[in-house]
Amino acid sequence: MKRKKAYSRKGAYTWFIVPALVAIFAVIVFPWIFTLWMSLNDWRIGAESKFIGAENFTTLATNARFLSTIPRTFYFTILAVILPVILGVFAAEVFHQNFPLRGFLRGVYIAPMMATPVAIALVFTMMFQPQVGVLNYFLSLVGIPKSLWVYAADTVIPTLALVEVWQWTPLVMLIVLGALASLPTEPYESAVIDGANQWQMFRYITFPLILPFLMIAIIIRTIDALKSFDIIYVISQGGPGTASETINLYLYLQAFSFLQVGHSSAVVVVFFVIILALALTLLYARERLRWNQ
Amino acid sequence: MSKQMTRRDFLKATMLAGAGLASASILNACAPATTAPAPTTAPAQPTVPAVVKTPGDQFSWQRFKGEKIEALLIKNTQGDIMVKNLKEFEDLTGITVGADQPAEQQQRQKLAVEFASGATSFDVVYYSFHVQKRLFGKNKWVTDIRDYLKDPTMTAPEFDWDDFSAAGKAWATEADGRIDALPNKIDYFIIYCNKELFAAKNVALPKTYDDVVNAAKTLHDPSKNVYGFAGRGLKNANTILWTSMLLGWDMDAIDSKLTLNTTSPDAIECAKLYQNLMKNYAPAGVGGFNWNECQSAFALGQVAMWWDGLGFATPLEDPKTSKVVGKVAYVVAPKGPKAQWAGMTGDGMGISNFSKKKGAAWYFSMWAASKGLLAKSFAQGSGAQARNSVYTNADALKSLLVPKEWVDGVVNSGKIGRPTLPIIVPVTEFRDIFGVALNNMIGGADPATELKKAQDEFKPILDKSEA
Repeated sequence: MKRKKAYSRKGAYTWFIVPALVAIFAVIVFPWIFTLWMSLNDWRIGAESKFIGAENFTTLATNARFLSTIPRTFYFTILAVILPVILGVFAAEVFHQNFPLRGFLRGVYIAPMMATPVAIALVFTMMFQPQVGVLNYFLSLVGIPKSLWVYAADTVIPTLALVEVWQWTPLVMLIVLGALASLPTEPYESAVIDGANQWQMFRYITFPLILPFLMIAIIIRTIDALKSFDIIYVISQGGPGTASETINLYLYLQAFSFLQVGHSSAVVVVFFVIILALALTLLYARERLRWNQ
Repeated sequence: MSKQMTRRDFLKATMLAGAGLASASILNACAPATTAPAPTTAPAQPTVPAVVKTPGDQFSWQRFKGEKIEALLIKNTQGDIMVKNLKEFEDLTGITVGADQPAEQQQRQKLAVEFASGATSFDVVYYSFHVQKRLFGKNKWVTDIRDYLKDPTMTAPEFDWDDFSAAGKAWATEADGRIDALPNKIDYFIIYCNKELFAAKNVALPKTYDDVVNAAKTLHDPSKNVYGFAGRGLKNANTILWTSMLLGWDMDAIDSKLTLNTTSPDAIECAKLYQNLMKNYAPAGVGGFNWNECQSAFALGQVAMWWDGLGFATPLEDPKTSKVVGKVAYVVAPKGPKAQWAGMTGDGMGISNFSKKKGAAWYFSMWAASKGLLAKSFAQGSGAQARNSVYTNADALKSLLVPKEWVDGVVNSGKIGRPTLPIIVPVTEFRDIFGVALNNMIGGADPATELKKAQDEFKPILDKSEA
């Protein structure tokens, strides 16, 4: 009798998860199913929709313009992840030390994170202007030749990554700063007694210990950089030509300029698979590097 | 035997009802998208709404007093002037207007999505004929206004349809005779010339394409930060410059029979001209220039010639934003090897075919294209207006913020205006694909090869859209 009562109570509790399930279905599962369905159709807004199976995907596999966006996206992502990680670790080490006005300067340092990307992009667009931009003026002051920044195919991606680095290095710094504050002091005391210098302490103690936290920063930055859109769209619109057209820019163009819903849905699916694969790889790497389980 | 409802029973019932309602809502939300994502059949032909006629069947601006309509405009000078003078319309008609002014690109996306959904949040909309005419016309998304124009109780006596320019009427009229919008603004491609730079080297203002090249060559002096020519190099934005130049060969990139002329010898010659001017005489980085970068460089006095739409006189003649005030010559598109045409674009005001307040929306369209309001736009130098009378409007001419020379440029361009972009549904793809080709040419790529590649990529898209 007692057992039966416990069972029925469990059944009643089950109903409490229904609202959550409904919400998840509505905002996550359904959009995905619908996107997948649209990717199997040839549908341009204003024209009739037609089921074409996997044709959108086979077209993508031979679409030179789409294929060229993939290495470009990775190039941008690598720059927009590695540089903030290196600079962020360095900044965290600096801000971990005690010095006057440390709190205030930490606040100043993280200010770029709080700015709106579109506003940042507009300011940088003016700064990058080859003829009247302030950056070329600064270069001329120190005798360096003018750069074309985002106005040339070979410099546009590094320049766009520079904006990302400026905005998101503080995020890495904050994560690493938190990690540094949580580290045990004993290994450092032992290292000092053993005569280790600052570099050796960083290389053999600090770095391995903050690595799991760094992996978190790398995962967040990688996903962010992969789906970066606003900065690129406002500054270069994917140009010159298609020199800065990343997967996201291509997707936007297909969906909202060309109104090709079916084709763009196929791009979404492919892009999702890429992000998922990368995120899982990085999460696996993070698990392998954990020391504080 | 009756059983009293416990707290637990009540919770179960509530949850079941909640889940049921939520599911129903979701299914309802999903239904339109899955069942009718893109209506292809035309909505019912527009009819003049049944309205209470005023005594004597006279037109009255107050006929739709008390109604509220939504106007979807664009964040540009024309839209700004409408919003600034909205009270005038509301006082005149008693109609309340909610006006929205998104950026042009975002507005175009919103339009396509809402029209395709079969329900629009706006009643009246400002749109670009050179981009959206075919898409809207093919789907019959905007109302044919011929019934209104014919009805003296619906059209103000002072409205005067005949006052609209032939170009404006042509833009607003579909191939089957429907009039889908009231033309509002017509833009022509002209060449802005820096008279001071021309005079310094005693060079005459260009009258032919050869003159343009020779002037660019003579005036180009990068060591002094002076460039012979500037134009749009950024993909998509640049295509319209090439198609405008192509009119000088008396050729449309895609003609009315949808024949692609984009790899013809003339099109290749035109692409070579574009490449020559942009590669050899334009500022470094011009491949990333849209009109705003060109405007900045020209306003700083660094550029001798800038070939673009004529709506930039106001900032160029404003001492706060320009160093070339009073030094600009507004030169009509020069004569090409075979003809002289000024590339033309146009905007207008249409009524959503899904609107339930078409009468009030029509009144707003009439007011937005009225002589008075277009004269105000004209006085501010906001491009060429679609009405002929504005160019002789004494008040507008007196309060003109731009030089009379600009007006001459507008009037003379009007005599040789010709649509510069093809009237097709995938016009954005056309601009994008050929824009990439043109951009590659600035980098040194072979024009013939690039045009062939672009045509091969674009032709299936065109064929499919018109199938």
